[in-house]
Amino acid sequence: MLAVNNLTKRFGGLTAVDHASLIVPEGKIIALIGPNGAGKTTLFACIAGFLSIDEGDVQFLTTSVKGRPVHEIARLGMVRTFQITQPFSRLTVHENIAVGAFQRYRHRKEAFAYAHEIAQQVGMGSILELPAAGLTVAMRKRLELARTLATAPKLLLLDEVMAGLNPTEISEIVDVIKNIRAQGVTILLIEHVMQAVMGLSEYLYVLSYGKIIAEGPPADVVRNPIVVEAYLGHGATGGDSGHA
Amino acid sequence: MDSTILISAALNGLLVGGIYTLVASGLTLIYGVLHIINFAHGSLLMMGMFGVYYLLIKLRLDPYISMLIMVPAMYAIGYVLYKGLIGRFSSGKDENILLITLGLSIVLENLALMFFKGDTRTITVGYSDTMVELGPLLFSLPKVISFFIAMLLCALLGLYIKKSNTGKAIRAVAKERMGARLVGIDVDRIFAISYGIGVATLGAAACLLMPIFYVSPYTGHVFVLVAFTVVVLGGMGSFLGAVVGGLIVGLTESFGGLFLGESLGQIGISLIFILILLFRPQGLFGARG
Amino acid sequence: MRRTPEPIAWTGHVLILAVACIFPFVFPSPFMVNFGVLALFYAFIGQSWNIAGGFAGQLSFGHVVFFGAGAYASTILQVRFGVNPWIGLPVSAVAGGLVGWLIGYLSFRAGLRGSYFALITLAFAEMLRIIANSVEITGGGLGLLIPAKPSVANFQFPERVGFYFLILVLVTVSIAIAIWLKHSRFGAQLAAIRENEDAARALGINVFSEKLKILILSGALGGIGGCFFSQYFLYIDPIIVFGVDKSVEMLLVSMIGGAGTVYGPLIGAVLLAAISDTARVVTNIQGLSLVIYGGLLILIIAFLPNGLIDLIQRLTKRRPK
Repeated sequence: MLAVNNLTKRFGGLTAVDHASLIVPEGKIIALIGPNGAGKTTLFACIAGFLSIDEGDVQFLTTSVKGRPVHEIARLGMVRTFQITQPFSRLTVHENIAVGAFQRYRHRKEAFAYAHEIAQQVGMGSILELPAAGLTVAMRKRLELARTLATAPKLLLLDEVMAGLNPTEISEIVDVIKNIRAQGVTILLIEHVMQAVMGLSEYLYVLSYGKIIAEGPPADVVRNPIVVEAYLGHGATGGDSGHA
Repeated sequence: MDSTILISAALNGLLVGGIYTLVASGLTLIYGVLHIINFAHGSLLMMGMFGVYYLLIKLRLDPYISMLIMVPAMYAIGYVLYKGLIGRFSSGKDENILLITLGLSIVLENLALMFFKGDTRTITVGYSDTMVELGPLLFSLPKVISFFIAMLLCALLGLYIKKSNTGKAIRAVAKERMGARLVGIDVDRIFAISYGIGVATLGAAACLLMPIFYVSPYTGHVFVLVAFTVVVLGGMGSFLGAVVGGLIVGLTESFGGLFLGESLGQIGISLIFILILLFRPQGLFGARG
Repeated sequence: MRRTPEPIAWTGHVLILAVACIFPFVFPSPFMVNFGVLALFYAFIGQSWNIAGGFAGQLSFGHVVFFGAGAYASTILQVRFGVNPWIGLPVSAVAGGLVGWLIGYLSFRAGLRGSYFALITLAFAEMLRIIANSVEITGGGLGLLIPAKPSVANFQFPERVGFYFLILVLVTVSIAIAIWLKHSRFGAQLAAIRENEDAARALGINVFSEKLKILILSGALGGIGGCFFSQYFLYIDPIIVFGVDKSVEMLLVSMIGGAGTVYGPLIGAVLLAAISDTARVVTNIQGLSLVIYGGLLILIIAFLPNGLIDLIQRLTKRRPK
């Protein structure tokens, strides 16, 4: 469904993403992990069209989307959420989700009905009339999810959806995401919360200093010494460590 | 076209441009520190000019002398305006503060209309018609005096911001608000001071403009666009930009009048404003984004 | 919490329209009819501002530019080329829409938002004012006088009340457009753009194209307002139709009444016309009404940012439209 080839993004002298390649097969949940500052969100932004790509290519559903405007890519079926939630503050939850639904239905009645369905699917059915501005962080994350889901996407890019959630909220949202996948939506997610990553994803890519340093099934990747070092620092995997 | 006419137009443009620089430096200071676009800048200047007018009429104070009263008075007005009105709403969407300063400018203009009526006022002093000779060229003395005082004041302001303790605090807040707060700077007080200084420059500019221009309740509009053009051209928050921008705008106005005539000549300013915003919104010296 | 059921809403619209229709018969004096025309006129041009500024969040400080374009387009055609003034209505709409397209295309292509967009519209209005002041065809600073030849065929109603009902029709159309926006996909997308442009884009909304469309529509309405104005007062000049005052009034009535609401501009307009006429009758001081109105703007932004409509609806315990 999605193929990223040697994507490179530079900001002046800094290479934020360095020849990164990854593949997201249809119907899977793939995770992108890596230490802070590795360039994960930048990579996402490049894939979804928010940032220009210096080198490399992005193929979505076998066509190149490099250089296409954000809204076109979204209409093709690849939609992203934001790390810092971006609700339509003065609109209600229902209206927020409906904006997404209007991408799928032209008429208000159908769009709002679909939005209602989606809201129930993510567990927000009881707070439809609340203004988005008054929601808790956890609910805002869900709203973001619901809104993008309402566009009937083929591929969902989730950017740290779990950030700021407590363990209960995390497990709730993991269920929601599993449900979404069950509906046939492919998912690529950036995540720090390892419990969620291990539980959800079938394949992992690890980004460090802009480069993909490892990939594979979750169990293998977390045991990979290169990966551990990237997270914990040089010498963490034995060798000349002077610590206990 | 005769070269003396061209040179005369250029120099006259620069002379007036110097005063525009002073007006714009207040606006750019306010933007640089408070990140608000002070739409009331033009009407505050207009009020200042009425102040100078009445100081002359009632107290026979020469406009240049009345700077000693106008500058502190306008500073106080600015400070109080910040504390009482602007400061309360300067957080939140920047469009809100723009609307609030718009509201303020509407109130000021129409108060002026109520109290001073709509006619234009000019002042005449003993030296209003005196000319300064420079070779074959003649310049109005008040214009020359105003220019040099304006440049002096800009230099003093720049020095103050650079060297004094308050100036350093102002620069700190302009650069990094949160950080400044963390090192103990009373950010709100700095905001009030900065807004006060911004309005004080208008007090000085009012004294410099009255001898060579006119005032009416509508002149606020004229000045607001000029001031914004200078600031946008020079770069929001850039002092050097205000200087360069002011001179360029003065030149444009002068040459516009020369080549396009009295009426159409004014278009230069709006044109610069539009072109800069469309093609280089950070201006000549401003920071991107 | 249930939404207000639609049938009640429809009755409300019809009731307001009915009141407006009976108004000139209940208060037939020239003063009151003039008040009515003024209030409805402000409501109409206010709605022009509102659909761009309130609904789509594109605040402009120079909305008079569309008004003036329409006024000059229709008046020039009539006075210089002898075209029937009723043709001026569609012509002014096209003129306003064209200017809307031009300003929108340039500004949105350049990515101007928020305060920068507000200011550039001001500059465009000023630019057109200067041009109108300097060229022959507009009569320069002297403006254009429309010869008084009262007859309906000549778009000069012999009875003032004719103008009243015309502007009432226009206001009704503008309100219908606003209601349509509230219920349509287009309107929902504009609301999204207003709240968060980047999020709207990320959902697949073509932000540039939607903003352009609403500015064209807004411009067309503004232009029509200009045409009406010219026919009502029979005289236009650069200051009247391209000057800052109208921009301010268009913005004020919407913001005070309630930006982004259907009836906000109407409420704001009735209030402005009332304050203005009262001030004129009670005292002869020019500028008083705008001092009050400017002060109101500050109060509204500070304490009641959703406008007077919000206050009214809180008092009657409904959810804001």
